[in-house]
Amino acid sequence: MIREEGKLVERISLRSDRDVARARRVVTQAMDKLGARALGRTRFVTAVSEIARNAVVHGQGGDISVFSHDRSKQVSVICEDGGPGIEDIDTALQDGFTTGRGLGRGLGGAQRLCDVFEIESTPDTGVTIRMAVNI
Amino acid sequence: MSDALDGGSIHMVDGVLLVGIHEDVTDTDIMGLQDRLADRVASERAQGVVIDISALEIVDTFVGRVIAQLANIARLLDAQTFLVGMRPAVAMTLVELGMHLPETRTALSLTHAMERLRSNSG
Repeated sequence: MIREEGKLVERISLRSDRDVARARRVVTQAMDKLGARALGRTRFVTAVSEIARNAVVHGQGGDISVFSHDRSKQVSVICEDGGPGIEDIDTALQDGFTTGRGLGRGLGGAQRLCDVFEIESTPDTGVTIRMAVNI
Repeated sequence: MSDALDGGSIHMVDGVLLVGIHEDVTDTDIMGLQDRLADRVASERAQGVVIDISALEIVDTFVGRVIAQLANIARLLDAQTFLVGMRPAVAMTLVELGMHLPETRTALSLTHAMERLRSNSG
């Protein structure tokens, strides 16, 4: 669970693969500031990369906000896209499921790499994913 | 001859193309690197390709798939391919993602890869 209100580090508009790279850098820096170790950083930043790319490729773009929770030593992100949403979230989280040309490991894989992973989807507002890592 | 664009650098050394993928490579850049490598394997008749990913702190499913494709393309063009420099954290994360890099031979270092290429060709 996310243990305290975080402070916003940066909000990144997700339009292209450069923005996905930017999201990776911002999360890496936020984790470094809290003293994250290499494995923890690689796992969470990989998850962020999957989710941010999904927003660009499948979600018609969106934005991602990065938060630092300094007292409870957590970093979290909220990623919102403007796409059509996910029809069946449970199926989408299964390995091997894909609607596109991908491997279908992104979403379920990202979930395994985080300490907190919450996903909401509605046809009106697209997909919102909240993820956090304990440092 | 060597070139270094956004995605990474490619250098020819003794019949082997050394490919260094840059830190925090974007999806577009690594696709560009794939095209450049395929051209050079064919035009320079490389015997081997060594792909160095030691600069990469993360390999997600997209980058992992492109690396597997790089290795497959080089193999189809008759160049033996090695992937070197994978960080332990990257290896552990790939396992958790359920990613396999089929047909990709890994070596711990550039020196190991070069030794194995030499012993196979000799």
